[in-house]
Amino acid sequence: MGVSLNWLKKYVDIDWSPEELAHRLTMAGVAVEGWQEQGSDTVLELDLTPNRGDCLGLINLAREVSALNAQELRIPEIKIKPAVEKVEEYIKVEIVAPDLCPRYAARLVKNVSIKASPEWMQEALINSGIRPINNIVDITNYVMLETNQPLHAFDYNLLGDKKRILVRRAGDGEKFTTLDGVERVLDSEMLVITDGSKAVALAGIMGGENSEIQDDTCDVLLESANFLAPSIRKTSKRLGLRSDSSLRFEKGADIEGLIYALNRTAALMQDLAGGEVVQGICDIYPQPRNPLSLTLRPERVDYLLGTSISPDEIKQYLQRLKFGIKEEDGQISVDIPFYRPDIQMEVDLIEEVARLYGYGNIPASLPEGESSSGGLNSYQKFRQQLNEILAQSLSEVVNYSFINPADFDLLLLPADSPLRNVVKIANPLSEEQSVMRTLLLPGLLETIQRNLSRQNQNLAFFEMGQVFIPANELLPMEELKLGAIVSGKSELNWLKHRVELEFFFLKGIMEDLLQQLGVIDYEFKETQNPSYHPGRTASLWVKDQEIAVIGELHPLVLENYDIKERASAFELDIEKLFSLLGSSKKVESISRYPAVERDIAILLDQEIKASQVISVIKGMNNPLLYNLKLFDLYSGAQVPKGKKSMAFKAIFQSAERTLTDAEVSHSMDNLLEQLKKQLGAVLR
Amino acid sequence: MLRKIEAIKKECQLRLSQVSSMEELNEFKIKTLGRKGEVTLLLRGLKDLSGEEKARAGRVANELKQNLEQMLKEKIEAFKLNELEQRLLQEKIDVTLPGLPRQGGRQHPLTQITQEIQEIFIGMGFTIAEGPEIESDYYNFEALNVPRDHPARDMQDSFYISEELLLRTHTSPVQVRTMEKMAPQIPIKIIVPGKVYRKDDDATHSPMFHQVEGLVIDRRITFAHLKGTLVRFAHQIFGEDVTVRYRPSFFPFTEPSAEMDISCVMCKGEGCRVCSHTGWLEILGAGMVNPRVLQYGGYDPEEVTGFAFGMGIERIAMLKYGINDLRLFFDNDKRFLAQF
Repeated sequence: MGVSLNWLKKYVDIDWSPEELAHRLTMAGVAVEGWQEQGSDTVLELDLTPNRGDCLGLINLAREVSALNAQELRIPEIKIKPAVEKVEEYIKVEIVAPDLCPRYAARLVKNVSIKASPEWMQEALINSGIRPINNIVDITNYVMLETNQPLHAFDYNLLGDKKRILVRRAGDGEKFTTLDGVERVLDSEMLVITDGSKAVALAGIMGGENSEIQDDTCDVLLESANFLAPSIRKTSKRLGLRSDSSLRFEKGADIEGLIYALNRTAALMQDLAGGEVVQGICDIYPQPRNPLSLTLRPERVDYLLGTSISPDEIKQYLQRLKFGIKEEDGQISVDIPFYRPDIQMEVDLIEEVARLYGYGNIPASLPEGESSSGGLNSYQKFRQQLNEILAQSLSEVVNYSFINPADFDLLLLPADSPLRNVVKIANPLSEEQSVMRTLLLPGLLETIQRNLSRQNQNLAFFEMGQVFIPANELLPMEELKLGAIVSGKSELNWLKHRVELEFFFLKGIMEDLLQQLGVIDYEFKETQNPSYHPGRTASLWVKDQEIAVIGELHPLVLENYDIKERASAFELDIEKLFSLLGSSKKVESISRYPAVERDIAILLDQEIKASQVISVIKGMNNPLLYNLKLFDLYSGAQVPKGKKSMAFKAIFQSAERTLTDAEVSHSMDNLLEQLKKQLGAVLR
Repeated sequence: MLRKIEAIKKECQLRLSQVSSMEELNEFKIKTLGRKGEVTLLLRGLKDLSGEEKARAGRVANELKQNLEQMLKEKIEAFKLNELEQRLLQEKIDVTLPGLPRQGGRQHPLTQITQEIQEIFIGMGFTIAEGPEIESDYYNFEALNVPRDHPARDMQDSFYISEELLLRTHTSPVQVRTMEKMAPQIPIKIIVPGKVYRKDDDATHSPMFHQVEGLVIDRRITFAHLKGTLVRFAHQIFGEDVTVRYRPSFFPFTEPSAEMDISCVMCKGEGCRVCSHTGWLEILGAGMVNPRVLQYGGYDPEEVTGFAFGMGIERIAMLKYGINDLRLFFDNDKRFLAQF
């Protein structure tokens, strides 16, 4: 909101430069974003916090300035020479919805002459961002900016014959044309001002075309009322209609100050439009508000702020803000003005003291007492370790938690897939971001697609994030997942050593991860998953629990995401993995005796899996066999059709002695015999 | 005989000095010290001599043999060294060629900044607390002193799941969740990093972003402690040379409330585009925990006080790394991620 500095100076003397004023106000909690010269005036741009809507009124803002520079606050005096007639002879006000309209006051000004308002008023309005219209409308706007109380002027003679104002809820579907010429369809939660038969204003938001001030308007009915903030906010939002008036009611207007504003408006119409103010005010205020009085314990100020501010200083600050104070038994009783509805508790008063004392003058120190020891708990440490291990080979990404419901189709998930059971956002930004993810894969696939579309190749990413599963509890379940996706080859280099970023690359990362975490008891089993390649997918089992799926993505899924390269991915349940971790790793002692290496190449049927060979060998429980590694896999012209050759390196070692050639050979013979017997292996 | 030996010696030394390769050296060795070599034959011929001549000639001839052997050895060493030098010279590589790239990755900048923030507060005795991303209206608003119809709800346009559930708009709900768990124990000293959601999407707003919340509750916690703690944080994350200021502000869950600014890290407070020419950057909101929030959490505001603060992690990361577009954090472009 723009504030004319010249206008503000009518209420308080200001010697400060605009820069100084802006700084002082900002540091006292009335933020000034900037200012600019406008002719001979300066316009300040305010950025008010929601609790200080009162500063939208210049008198209230001037009161803040006066509290800061200790200059006198000048509130305009009102001098009305009322006509003989009484307002009751002209109008009767009735509120049938007092829950939405706690007070309605009206006054009548007769025989006004409609013309342009004086130049000083026009300039003040223009510098405040409001277009001058005519003297009557301008005066209502002027007083609104001055007092923060919205006012409305009706052409009295356009109100129906009943000569009454009836404040009621609108009917569902009731149509009403606001003075911007737009026909609006109302509902029964909205409040209207009527003349007893037709609506003449949308309460607190905008008047109606049917009772607008015209060039030939003669008698004016002035409204100064109070409407409930939530009701105004709701109506304004529903109709998409905001006005200077609704803005002020939304933030809460001063229910006691509205009579001053009404009289000030009437007086200006008398002075500037030659109007005759009819005697009396029609003021309907069924339940007058009780003034609020709060107790401030001076010692509580220092207790909360860590300062030493004397009780006298505290009283001084409160007086500068024009709060009424009394002192009783060392406590300060403070009368809270109606224009400061934000002050409701003792701490609110402490904030008032603090901001006038200056936040910068409060000392800075660290909390005392026994120092608690900070740190991560074991699950937090585990997650940090996991992230660091993954980041050794993959780059971390962060995707949005919401996905497109169409993603499940793109992932080829069957209609009954539990992953389709989602938490839906009731008011999403778009359909594409309308459900909470149940898996990380959609975001990872989009990451690949986006990078490929920008000619970024050779991609290797991971993400750690929550997925969301509807539950019968109040809150859905949230599970932390680790997802990874790779495509292409490792970076091109002149030595031409390039690693294919595919299934076995990812599997290697997983195995390395498990090893670093000290997980020994795990197994990869062939599996089927609709989003993955039917022949290239495995599930990871740790201690009889399935904790991850890993595989090459199904070509149709890749096609659905417009990815023209192969890609592989995994998704792992972090909480499950954590729950399966054993106690800390134990180090094995290293043998002092030499190791003996033997290579063995065998021919096997194509269908036999590496895991079968390993389990046969491990099943022999040979204590001398220290390690076994697959180092070659071949199928092709050199071996019979339907066969493959596997070559292993076996390492024998004892912790107690040097092994003899004979015992190693014996072990190897046994090993081969078992492979022959159980898997039909043939020595190559 | 002695003269003959002397002649052979001279001849050998001359020839040896002319040897220029290992092959020639081997040839020379065979011709002199080999089975049928001159010196071997000479020594063998000595047995035909007799008496004193045999002894004298034998000594001289043996000297010759040892001498030659020594010279040969030296020559061989020299040749080997030379050969090695030759080989090493041939093995010369262009050390300016790039190293073999490791298939390496990076932690996301937001993860890195979060860890940095965590470590600073852990150093001051804080622990990490966490809470759900889908939150009840109660914890997200009501228990934080934001009743229904409160204008402060407009400050944060929310994604709703149902009347009662929404995507949390800040990490503050964990304040009351932690208090409920802890009450009446003191102290509480936590920070809460995590994802938050607001219905905004443009160059300066993302519908999902990250915050770190902080909460300290104990006997006699004051605004001075808030300032002391946050100034230390600002110095550790942005450097000792930043200056800090506090402005009064408004949050429903703190009173008094403050906004903390740091001197602009780009222009050192001179005024630039990043700080909108003010010289100051707003980096976090804070305040003394509102007594009503303490009550919701199960504490007596007459017995304990506390302070709370919250900041956007993206904002801190943008300032630290000089990033000008928030959306880059969620765009996941390899070229962006590789820079951290």
